[in-house]
Amino acid sequence: MSDELTLAEDAPRLSSAYQSWYRFSRNPTAMIGLVIVAVCVLAAILAPWITPHPDHVGAVVNFRARHLPPSADYWFGTDNVGRDIFTRVIFGFRISLMLAVVVLGTAIPIGTILGLMAGYFGGWVEIVFMRFTDIALAIPPLVMALAVAAVLSPDLVNSMLAIAALWWTWHTRLIYSITRQLRTREFVEAAETLGASKFHILFREILPNCVSAIAVKTSLDCGFVILVGASLSFLGLGIQPPTPDLGTMVASGSAFLPDYWWESVLPGCAILFVALGFNLLGDGLRDLYDVENVR
Amino acid sequence: MEFLRFLLRRVLWSLLVLVGLSMVIFIIARAVPGDPARMALGPTATQEQVADLQKKLGLDRPIVQQYGLFIAGLAHGDLGRSLLTERPVNDDIRDTFAATLELVLATIFIAVVLGVPLGVVAAYWKDRWPDNVVRIVAIFSAVTPSFFLALLLQILAGYVLHILPTTGRLPPNFDFAPTHTGLVLIDSLIALRPDAFLEGLRYLLLPAIALAAATMGQMARITRSSMIDVSSQDYIEASRAFGVPEWVRVCKYMLRPSFVPPLTILGLEFASLIGNAFVVELVFAWPGMAAYGIRTILQKDLNAVMGVVMVSGVFFVLVNLVIDLLVGLVDPRVRIRGSRQ
Repeated sequence: MSDELTLAEDAPRLSSAYQSWYRFSRNPTAMIGLVIVAVCVLAAILAPWITPHPDHVGAVVNFRARHLPPSADYWFGTDNVGRDIFTRVIFGFRISLMLAVVVLGTAIPIGTILGLMAGYFGGWVEIVFMRFTDIALAIPPLVMALAVAAVLSPDLVNSMLAIAALWWTWHTRLIYSITRQLRTREFVEAAETLGASKFHILFREILPNCVSAIAVKTSLDCGFVILVGASLSFLGLGIQPPTPDLGTMVASGSAFLPDYWWESVLPGCAILFVALGFNLLGDGLRDLYDVENVR
Repeated sequence: MEFLRFLLRRVLWSLLVLVGLSMVIFIIARAVPGDPARMALGPTATQEQVADLQKKLGLDRPIVQQYGLFIAGLAHGDLGRSLLTERPVNDDIRDTFAATLELVLATIFIAVVLGVPLGVVAAYWKDRWPDNVVRIVAIFSAVTPSFFLALLLQILAGYVLHILPTTGRLPPNFDFAPTHTGLVLIDSLIALRPDAFLEGLRYLLLPAIALAAATMGQMARITRSSMIDVSSQDYIEASRAFGVPEWVRVCKYMLRPSFVPPLTILGLEFASLIGNAFVVELVFAWPGMAAYGIRTILQKDLNAVMGVVMVSGVFFVLVNLVIDLLVGLVDPRVRIRGSRQ
């Protein structure tokens, strides 16, 4: 008897988590995305142990092996100073993922808090915050990052700061529109009637309802932040050599087109690969949570 | 009438955005650790040279006054003097902007003309193979970095197939210069030079495709989902019941209201499009404002950088105003109600 009772209590919770996973795993594109993201993250974490030539990360020079085409020894060929491109691509994932984590780790909390406040309080808070967001939206992130790189010095930290300084706008707009819809819902009004604090209403009543939208947006954004970061380093304003970075590798390899095509094309494919993974994962999560309007 | 008021509100609001933008840019440019004059001249310059340049740039005045001068300059369309080219920034931007404008217009054209029909096709054959094909195309075009696509196009069209030129805007030593509007495609028609038109088109094609891909993918995705939303509306069922021909139903009754979300997204996406133009212009050696921007950024030429960012922002705001107007033309509900939602 008691066994049955336990089962009945646990059943809904278990089945809803299992149901979500079941629906997610039946979605082929979402699963492909998840696998790609998992592969990239694992490869980045384990880079020093799984790459064939971990010493090629630094300023190693091996002129006898320069410009070698892809082979069993060098899967992606070698670059103009004889370093293994495959090794450097795997280490490049580290920089790309770190950029995404830092930018989104800064932009999402800021964007979410501003969006919650603007959406819930309305009035002048809404006007000031949303107008400020509109102004920030008018500046292209890449141009902003370029300008910041110009007045400060071009390096990883400055690029991350510059991208994060504009990225929160999209999250503010998203959370704002959700909060506006939720503000008049019964459970919020009930909490207000019970005298709950503003903090409680914002973070315990409204925020949990935004989590699925934030998850979808974050996954899609990871891919786009990595693309912006790669564009910056392609222009020579991101991570400085000899640290391996995918955008920098495409740029330096493009000097040797078309003869040594692998030096730029294969790192470029690596950027595409990781961005594709996050995009498919985000699409899959969107189908799962049924949040249509998140991009 | 309501629509006029809506537009007027948008224009006023755009002006406010521009004032805010000018403040943000000014703060960034003046928040530089160290002295802009010293940075521009380099460590070898003497103290007098630095003081001289400070005076020339107005850096010796109080900060509020500096902003006042900056705004007064902007109001007159004066962006100061470039330290790199030693010419007024206005002239530099005017000379380069037309090339960027031509590239961006061609990009928007390609993105809309390819993206919207792809979205319609995907929505019409929802969950069938055309839908899947469009989905794959849209995802790949969204995740391919513009600079990488630009390089791939260069390799394919320039080195492998030898069909299209890979750098520049017109052949070297070509006896034609766009003097009326600055747009090669339009000026060559005005000057009755079909050869220049064709050459201009050949040079424009690759950079425009490289820049358009990401936006085209977005257009296709948004058009698809808004077509599907509209197709479940009662009036579509009713038009089917009345026997309205299929193509009229899809292309007129469904497409027209579905056109609003892609237009709105085009406006928002425009900022990242300008950003990508910086990279694409560099790869194709396109003589535009973005290429000028990169050069001046590398030289720490602050006046020019502020000018380029400001013009990018103005461009963004103007495009969004035009889109508001277009949305009003496409969707009569907006004209009456006076809002975009």
